[in-house]
Amino acid sequence: MAQAQKQSHYPSQLKEEAEVQRTLSVIVDNEPGVLARVIGLFSGRGYNIDSLTVTETEHEAHISRITIMTTGTPMVIEQIKHQLERLVPVHRVHDLTLEGEPLERELALIKVQGRGEKRIEALRMAEIYRANVIDASTEHFVFEMTGRAREIEQFIVIMSELGMIEMARTGIAAIARGKADV
Amino acid sequence: MARTMTGAEMVLKALADQGVEHVFGYPGGAVLPIYDEMFQQDQVQHILVRQEGGAVHAAEGYARSTGKVGVVLVTSGPGATNAVTGLTDALMDSIPLVCITGQVPTHLIGNDAFQECDTVGITRPCTKHNWLIKDVNDIGRVMHEAFYVARSGRPGPVVVDIPKDVQFATGNYVGPANIQHKTYRPKLKPDQPAIREAVEMIAGAKKPIFYTGGGVINAGPKASKLLRELARLTGYPVTSTLMGLGAFPASDKQWLGMLGMHGTYEANLAMHDCDVMVCIGARFDDRITGRLDAFSPGSKKIHIDIDPSSINKNVRVDLPIVGDVAYVLEDLLRVWKSKAPQIDKPALKSWWKEIDGWRAKKSLSYKNSDSVIMPQYAVERLYELTKDRDPYITTEVGQHQMWAAQFFHFDDPNRWMTSGGLGTMGYGLPAAIGAQLAHPDSLVVDIAGDASILMNIQEASTAVQYRLPVKVFILNNQYMGMVRQWQQLLHGNRLSESYTEALPDFVKLAEAYGWKGMYCDNPADLDDAIKEMIDTPEPVIFDCRVANLANCFPMIPSGKAHNEMLLGADISDEDVGKAIGKEGKVLV
Repeated sequence: MAQAQKQSHYPSQLKEEAEVQRTLSVIVDNEPGVLARVIGLFSGRGYNIDSLTVTETEHEAHISRITIMTTGTPMVIEQIKHQLERLVPVHRVHDLTLEGEPLERELALIKVQGRGEKRIEALRMAEIYRANVIDASTEHFVFEMTGRAREIEQFIVIMSELGMIEMARTGIAAIARGKADV
Repeated sequence: MARTMTGAEMVLKALADQGVEHVFGYPGGAVLPIYDEMFQQDQVQHILVRQEGGAVHAAEGYARSTGKVGVVLVTSGPGATNAVTGLTDALMDSIPLVCITGQVPTHLIGNDAFQECDTVGITRPCTKHNWLIKDVNDIGRVMHEAFYVARSGRPGPVVVDIPKDVQFATGNYVGPANIQHKTYRPKLKPDQPAIREAVEMIAGAKKPIFYTGGGVINAGPKASKLLRELARLTGYPVTSTLMGLGAFPASDKQWLGMLGMHGTYEANLAMHDCDVMVCIGARFDDRITGRLDAFSPGSKKIHIDIDPSSINKNVRVDLPIVGDVAYVLEDLLRVWKSKAPQIDKPALKSWWKEIDGWRAKKSLSYKNSDSVIMPQYAVERLYELTKDRDPYITTEVGQHQMWAAQFFHFDDPNRWMTSGGLGTMGYGLPAAIGAQLAHPDSLVVDIAGDASILMNIQEASTAVQYRLPVKVFILNNQYMGMVRQWQQLLHGNRLSESYTEALPDFVKLAEAYGWKGMYCDNPADLDDAIKEMIDTPEPVIFDCRVANLANCFPMIPSGKAHNEMLLGADISDEDVGKAIGKEGKVLV
């Protein structure tokens, strides 16, 4: 009997297409609530946020730049862009991934506790990964590392074996290659 | 020229400068300064509702029937939260509204003050945009921006939240003249290459259809005229969503009736089998498409919409055209006329022949009765007896709404007010009040259900206060009929909580409010009773007792395609009554 599937008065979900990851640059008016609008849009419509950074970039013009890394099917990604553009304080949305391999960097602060061998190994690995020591005592280091998200993740995996007790990450800042601006 | 005045004065000045004549509202502590200004002027008339939810729906009815922006004024806290349903309703149906809310004084915001709520936070997802004004000098600019945002592009509701201290404060007022919004500039005019491509696609069609929606109404009466011209030039069939009824005349022979879940057989089959679909100001809602992967599988689709986010949201289209429907149709017609393309007349003829075959099914037919009033018959009679008076019709939500859409016919836009997207029970009476206020000499009828009408019945009092002779025509079957229909079809006929056991005596209820109350349960008396209702100069509640178990057909069952419609003739009331357990589910 075709009754196995529960009946509802809404159509059932279609088969999903493969998902892709995109980095979007959203140029907005820096007014109260603008971040809430953007985040509310993502949660309200069930979109994913993999990473999000925001800060004012043009003080005089009150313009902020929100960098969002998101995942979805191509149809959903297109929706996300249109929905963002529909928000009144949004100037424009750039799909940096679509416009070319963008430059993406993230900053992480990593606190490692330990003595002896592990401590020396942590310092050695930090050098390999070009992480700087920005705070230290005989029992801890705080490393600062800037790089691609993937490198930072590798470094974190290593450090978690070497006594990492705390970490803070900024999320991704991204910009397009080349001489043109957005 | 900037002028010095208080914030509250600025609000009234801005409303007057925007040409606002009516404001629907309810006073309270945090808006008293504005109400004090309201008292001292006579340019803007305030309509006192009985609950803030009623104010928003009344403003929607006013806006929908006039094309103007509806204005609402409520207090902080519960005033604002009561407005939320109406704001969401307006957002879903693209109705332009400006809702002004009072707020606790700036220094108390965030302190859980009396009647405080985070109005901008709560209304952010249910408005097109909202503002919290913290500086009195911003009031003029924000008010004018609010009207601009509400009415431009895809229209929608906006909220302006004004703390009480800002209403009292003195500052400079800025008039509407030099306001230009920093970021919001919706694209109105279409890209010309797309227009030329559309003309080619439309002209080359063998099985074309125009699928029109509320966007045609929102684009103004001119868009409706252009649609008619396009239909006449091409000879192609036209169908419409619930929101678009009236944009194309129902009396025209090219009209297929409404499409979608309770649309006509011919409209849905034509949608399914067409080879070129021209979607004009509609959004491929799930009530329209049914099963998405079986939606009009063989057609090329053109989608005209002012909102780019509506395009490719549910259904992939072949040719998107972003722009205002009136501009797009104007360009389309200009190019069409200059190119004068040859359409495939024999193909069109055989397409119409196919459509006529579907029409012959008479999907809206029902079995009439001598002993009991069938709800479909009641709407048919109401239509026949009122059509010469160019009536304005509102509805609540449920079976009666679908019967009204199927059996009441509209030849002009802005005559039909219904809650389509959100499906808000309780919409019809306040919306009728708003429409009646805008058209004091017209006949305004709320076609209602017995359950829905009770959701905003308090507004009966508003109608009396402002001498608005609205007519409420209740198709009373003592059930939440649409809920029951789904329970019969999908939930083994277990009628969980869908029977209203203690309905009021609607005649006495009418009289308690100072309305006239009428009752009819005999088909033979119906015509005279309806005539009496229309001829009554006061507001009337008409308790029309209809067949309790009638259901709404035709219907596209859930998860089915357009060509798998259930027709009323296939299913008798007895079948539905017996539709228990497996058998019932098999029917669907």
